[in-house]
Amino acid sequence: MNIAKSPWVLHYDGSSCNGCDIEVLATMTPMYDVERFGIINTGNPKHADVLLLTGGINAQTAPVVRQLYNMMPDPKVVVACGICACDGGIFKDCYNILGGADKVVPVDVYVPGCAVRPEALIEGVVKAVGLLEEKRKKLKESLKQGYCSVDYSKMAIHMTADDYDPSNQYDAVLTEEALRQQAEEKIKASAKPAAPAAKPAVNAAAAPKPAAAPAAPVAEKGDNA
Amino acid sequence: MEYGFIIKALLYLILAPLLGGLLSGTDRLFAARMQGRQGPPIIQPFYDVNKLLHKQTTVVNSIQILFVTGYLIMTVFTGCLFFGGGDMLLVFFALSMSEVLMVMAAFSTNGPYSIMGAQRELLQMMCYEPMTLLVAIGFYYAQGSFMVSDLVKAEAPAIIQLPGFFIGFVFILIIKLRKSPFDLSTSHHMHQEMVKGLTTDLSGSNLAFVEIAEWYDTILMMGIVGMFFITANPISRVWAIIAIIVVFFIETLIDNIFPRVKYITMLKVTWAVILVFAGTNLLILNVLK
Repeated sequence: MNIAKSPWVLHYDGSSCNGCDIEVLATMTPMYDVERFGIINTGNPKHADVLLLTGGINAQTAPVVRQLYNMMPDPKVVVACGICACDGGIFKDCYNILGGADKVVPVDVYVPGCAVRPEALIEGVVKAVGLLEEKRKKLKESLKQGYCSVDYSKMAIHMTADDYDPSNQYDAVLTEEALRQQAEEKIKASAKPAAPAAKPAVNAAAAPKPAAAPAAPVAEKGDNA
Repeated sequence: MEYGFIIKALLYLILAPLLGGLLSGTDRLFAARMQGRQGPPIIQPFYDVNKLLHKQTTVVNSIQILFVTGYLIMTVFTGCLFFGGGDMLLVFFALSMSEVLMVMAAFSTNGPYSIMGAQRELLQMMCYEPMTLLVAIGFYYAQGSFMVSDLVKAEAPAIIQLPGFFIGFVFILIIKLRKSPFDLSTSHHMHQEMVKGLTTDLSGSNLAFVEIAEWYDTILMMGIVGMFFITANPISRVWAIIAIIVVFFIETLIDNIFPRVKYITMLKVTWAVILVFAGTNLLILNVLK
């Protein structure tokens, strides 16, 4: 059985004008009735498979979107609904708008429109759901190799607006390749100490020193392994 | 006797999730049709659970897994006991145990929504527990035994002597099946004021276990509804099935008609219904015997 038969949706409004939100909700009405595809609007990131984002992202909603994305269990897909969520739209040049949803989370499907048409939205979600099965297979592979495609150690970061720094936003959600590299490095690191017994003790003693001494944001950013 | 028990329990073990899932799907379909929508396919709950089993399971607190699995096991145990022909009282006590495990699972997560859901679930238990116990007592008064295997061999259907108990039981089924006026702790629909209540912090296979346990639970509850009609005569089983279908349809209808109430209203209404119908029925039975 295909897991794409029951995509549960989470809808979040990051500074939208509510036009797209109304259209998102319109797809649940008897007219469009997306429940016939098994789509349910859950208000809960832990139950959701598809994250629908409307509106451009601003400094206040960026950490929220990031947290919602991190809380969703894999496999998951993100759909940017409306032109504002795609690239900022009409609000692009506003001082408070960072841009589209892809500034904070990796977006899988972009559905343009102002406001987005329910038909377009349904097609977008159907396309996104097609990616779910692929992602599940990838997840299976990555779990076999000993890592998970989402770095949950980063979950506690950027929770408040004060912590927010646009320059390091995107890399907290690590890409597949970066995680693979990390896993390989870990495997190499764990394989080495087996041969020489004395060396790792020296390494272990030396390792905490540089990490503890500078305590700068540069070091923090680097050591997520 | 011993072999019969095991075979019946095994049949329940295999068939209950299938029937329960189909019932759940029918419920969603009925609800959609009542709202003028086409609705999901009838096997949609199976798609949902299949998906949940294939998803990553994030766990807030590792003891959560123990409690959720315990909830599933206790619910299955309760159902096996009932359909195998065990003791009615034990069935209801085991059922409370399974509910308590679910509440513990929600409490263990420390999430505000889960804890609120768990507290409301406790209130709901307070509302329906008296009735479930009264049903066991009522059957004892009517047929002179707590054993389900004896109760199904009755000469006259229990509903003749226990109409009040039946009304009371159908009423608390609204709470048990998490239907709308009383779905305080968690509901099957979106836009709950506290996200998903009890199951907010469950994900992946844990949530799938809860869903499966609810299917088992639904079948158990429908079995108890059927008990009111079953006699030694095989044709009574047809009546029992018709009664189950009617009751299930009424529950879905109520779900779609009424908005959610506050817990204090639930407490007052449920206890009033139990006292008036089941209490009076019990009194009359007491006088007559």
